[in-house]
Amino acid sequence: MNERSTISTGVTPRFSEEALRQIETIFKRYPAERRQSAVMPILHLAQREFGGWLSRESLDYVAELVAMPPIRVYEVATFYTMYNLKPVGRYHVQACTNISCWLCGSDQVMDSLKRKLKLSVGETSEDKRFTLAEVECLGACVNAPMMQINDDYYENLTADKVAEIIDRLP
Amino acid sequence: MKIVYQNIHLPNSHTLAVYEANGGYQAVLKAFELGSDEVIEEVKRSGIRGRGGAGFPAGLKWSFIPKNDPRPKYLTCNADEGEPGTCKDRDIIRYDPHRLIEGMIICGYAVGIQQGYIYIRGEFYRETERLQAAIDEAYAKGYLGENIFGRGSRFHLAIHRGGGAYVCGEETGLIESIEGKKGQPRLKPPFPANIGLYGCPTVINNVETLASVPTIIERGGAWYGALGVAKSSGTKVFSVSGHVNKPGNYEVELGIPLKTLLEEHAGGVRGGWSNLKGVIPGGSSSPILPAEICATITMDYDSMAKAGTMLGSGAVIVIDKSVCIVRAVARLSRFYRHESCGQCTPCREGTGWLSQIMTRMEAGQGTHEDIDLLLEICANIGGKTICALGDAAAGPVLGAIRAFREEFIYHVEHGRCMAG
Repeated sequence: MNERSTISTGVTPRFSEEALRQIETIFKRYPAERRQSAVMPILHLAQREFGGWLSRESLDYVAELVAMPPIRVYEVATFYTMYNLKPVGRYHVQACTNISCWLCGSDQVMDSLKRKLKLSVGETSEDKRFTLAEVECLGACVNAPMMQINDDYYENLTADKVAEIIDRLP
Repeated sequence: MKIVYQNIHLPNSHTLAVYEANGGYQAVLKAFELGSDEVIEEVKRSGIRGRGGAGFPAGLKWSFIPKNDPRPKYLTCNADEGEPGTCKDRDIIRYDPHRLIEGMIICGYAVGIQQGYIYIRGEFYRETERLQAAIDEAYAKGYLGENIFGRGSRFHLAIHRGGGAYVCGEETGLIESIEGKKGQPRLKPPFPANIGLYGCPTVINNVETLASVPTIIERGGAWYGALGVAKSSGTKVFSVSGHVNKPGNYEVELGIPLKTLLEEHAGGVRGGWSNLKGVIPGGSSSPILPAEICATITMDYDSMAKAGTMLGSGAVIVIDKSVCIVRAVARLSRFYRHESCGQCTPCREGTGWLSQIMTRMEAGQGTHEDIDLLLEICANIGGKTICALGDAAAGPVLGAIRAFREEFIYHVEHGRCMAG
């Protein structure tokens, strides 16, 4: 179990027209009277639209769209670790250290990332370019060790390879 | 014999064109000819058991859905693939998504379901794109939608992305999650076959199970049932990770000797068979088997159960002699602590204690009493929680103490690892 809380910014975000159209298609996936089912996909979308994380105001805004009590949305957002409840860097570097990755050298991968990014686990660089995270198994175990940066998996890593990958990011 | 992976090495195997060029969407036509009852009978006859971990016979599961019930019925495909070591469904989704879609259409037809959901783990973003593209192709072709295959019947399919919670791989946690809630599992009974998604009858099957269905219908349940061994029919994909020379996903007939799987398919144990310490045979929750048992055991549901472990999701994690078992278990205990959903006290507190004690044991600060304390905590979790996550957390600890107790004692007496 994890304890996670929300942060208020005082700024209420708004979805773009394009995002609002996407939200309409999201609602159509579920029975008309089950709008709450759309909360997870809309939170995912909100996170992409609103800078990679969800503030208290973002959660309240989603609650309004889905017609859920805000507390129910906070419950969902704090339960699922993919919802970032504090700002993250432009590149969210998530290295797996679970069993298969660990057996195949994730300690070296993590050390290399820490050196390269000059960050500890959980930290974001001052220029907001990188956040380093340790994650549980991401399901690419036969290509261990691996990491995820934003939407993409990087597999069969070595300490040298991760440094190169970081260098090549635009 | 390859079934779910039969096409994955073809160029553009994820496209509708390649799937159809290789006989795709023919099984669903055959299913329409057989009729819904006979489709369920074929799946029963195949003997296929759930490939997600629990191993429940799929045909039986389908037959539990009440007939002539006025409520809508749902099919949910479990693509949460979160059990550490497991990555077999990912390759079906990204390389042969239409096989899964066809399996779901057949299930929908057999059971009388008009809406399916695929619950995919949220981190599989690129895989979700692939799968959505395949669903879009199937809609465009009229294989999904209001009038599938021009038959006047309806089957809709949508993807629901998870949010990084292991517990949502548990079927009722998954249902809660689709309903837009925290993924905390429900008390059973009632079972999802009667009260599942939105309080309606619901079938939940793993990706690999559903992707096996087109072949079962095409070749017949009896044909499929003759593959493998008694009570473990068919093929299974094993995700072999860790200390082998060729880690990978290997689809083989059930009942294969573990040693054959490792030596002939996965390139052999790193440093040779004599360097093997043990194998976690069915995902991180399954108790570890020491090398001497690995030499003779076969990969089927019954043999695994007899050896006090389980086939689980088929994630075979190979551990060589350089590894400290205490450290490995400490890592897994941290995982279960992180993933406990918190609703049942024995699991919420117990996973915390297991992780704390394993961590201090690993750091050389454990005592002889701690070993018994670990066993006692496991006994206080096992069978006392709503879902199986608690038992899953106990599995690695119990297995390791059973097979490698001397390493725990060594840690206590010397304050460090025996190996590595």
